[in-house]
Amino acid sequence: MSNNADFKPKILAFLCNWCSYTGADLAGTSRIKYKPNVRAIRVMCSGRIEPTFVLRAFLKGADGVLVCGCHPGDCHYHEGNYKCLRRYHLLQKYIQQMGIEPSRLKLEWISASEGKQFADLVNSFTETISELGPCMIKETMEVLT
Amino acid sequence: MEKTKPKIKLAVYWAAACGGCCVSVLDVHEKLFEVVASADLVFWPIALDIKYSDVEEMADGSIDVTLFNGAIRNSENEHMAKLLRQKSRILVAYGSCSHLGGIPGLANFSNKEEIFKRVYEECESTVNRDKIRPQPENKVPEGILELPVFYNDVRPLDRVVEVDYYLPGCPPQTERLVEVFMAIVTGAHLPHKGSVIGAGSKAQCEECARKKTENKQIKKFYRPWEIIDDGITCFMEQGILCMGPATRLGCGHRCIAGNAPCRGCYGPVSDDSDPGTKMMSAISSIIDAKEPDDIEKVLEDLVDTAGTFYRFSLPSSMIRRKMI
Repeated sequence: MSNNADFKPKILAFLCNWCSYTGADLAGTSRIKYKPNVRAIRVMCSGRIEPTFVLRAFLKGADGVLVCGCHPGDCHYHEGNYKCLRRYHLLQKYIQQMGIEPSRLKLEWISASEGKQFADLVNSFTETISELGPCMIKETMEVLT
Repeated sequence: MEKTKPKIKLAVYWAAACGGCCVSVLDVHEKLFEVVASADLVFWPIALDIKYSDVEEMADGSIDVTLFNGAIRNSENEHMAKLLRQKSRILVAYGSCSHLGGIPGLANFSNKEEIFKRVYEECESTVNRDKIRPQPENKVPEGILELPVFYNDVRPLDRVVEVDYYLPGCPPQTERLVEVFMAIVTGAHLPHKGSVIGAGSKAQCEECARKKTENKQIKKFYRPWEIIDDGITCFMEQGILCMGPATRLGCGHRCIAGNAPCRGCYGPVSDDSDPGTKMMSAISSIIDAKEPDDIEKVLEDLVDTAGTFYRFSLPSSMIRRKMI
């Protein structure tokens, strides 16, 4: 599938309110150009992102899911990003077992001042997903028997 | 002649099941007299010799209650699910397999081809030089022999037909069945369609008698045989994975009372369709590690993550089968 030149990956990004969303905002206000494949959802904390959110994103047709939070030690709620980190590791283990490529799910720390890093991240992640090709979860779940 | 109250017609059927659900119905023991006093068992393959064709001849909606246990694995299961739906007024998904997919649902980690290859070719005890596999139709001089078609996916009952109620458990606790049965017989007010009956609406932990503290910190996961359980402290606090936080009440804590952690047969707590993700959230909150390497080390001891979190619920979970 990866040789499909028309493939435009759909990527869902969960960004924490205090650091990563602000970082993404900075990328915008700094007029940094980056790939348009990411749809951002702002959550109050990366610790709010339940595994259900990630799986639902894949089920609804996302080709990749990006999770961003404050750097370790910088969480507005002290511990939220650590919870997110542990969930991420557990989710990676789970999706691998279900036959989903682990590189479709990515966790990165983006601070409020890292607009450039956010843009780079979006570009590199979009590239990774483009190479992987479309995620087949939605189709697989629709087929019966 | 004395006029007797008309008896309700009861059917029990097994699809892809182990037979334990049917035995749990037998476990009503002497209460069986009360059951047969108010109900006629019109179809129950484990106990009565009534053929499928007899069921086909029954009028639509003529069976009052059908307890359907077992998942849908093949075309025979599907046919009977549809037939019994047509013939029954109330169709109950009885037990984990028909409720969520159950243990047979773990077959969704593989597909038909993988299963057939293993069973009919690779299995150590199999001698099958010609690699013969079951065929849905076989011509013999006397005519055509038929076998059910084996499906790729295992499905819970509600993916095939409309289900009125769910009675969870592996198997459901017999006391709950008697309560539900009596409610139906006495015409008590029944819950709305699609409800889970014979079970609570909160998580196991809510009524668990084990001692719990606020300070839950898991440094290492132990498999039950690796640690001596003190019999008092919450399993999770001892590092033994217990599905209690993501499992519905109603079983009477039989496993936990027997010093075994909950395995999750009663399925997800109300309004939450996916026990595995709930469990992943819960566990992640109490792992005592902050560095990626340390986290990985703790998680290393969680063997078969998906199989543990979705032991009874894989076919009804969000990602209900492995990608192929």
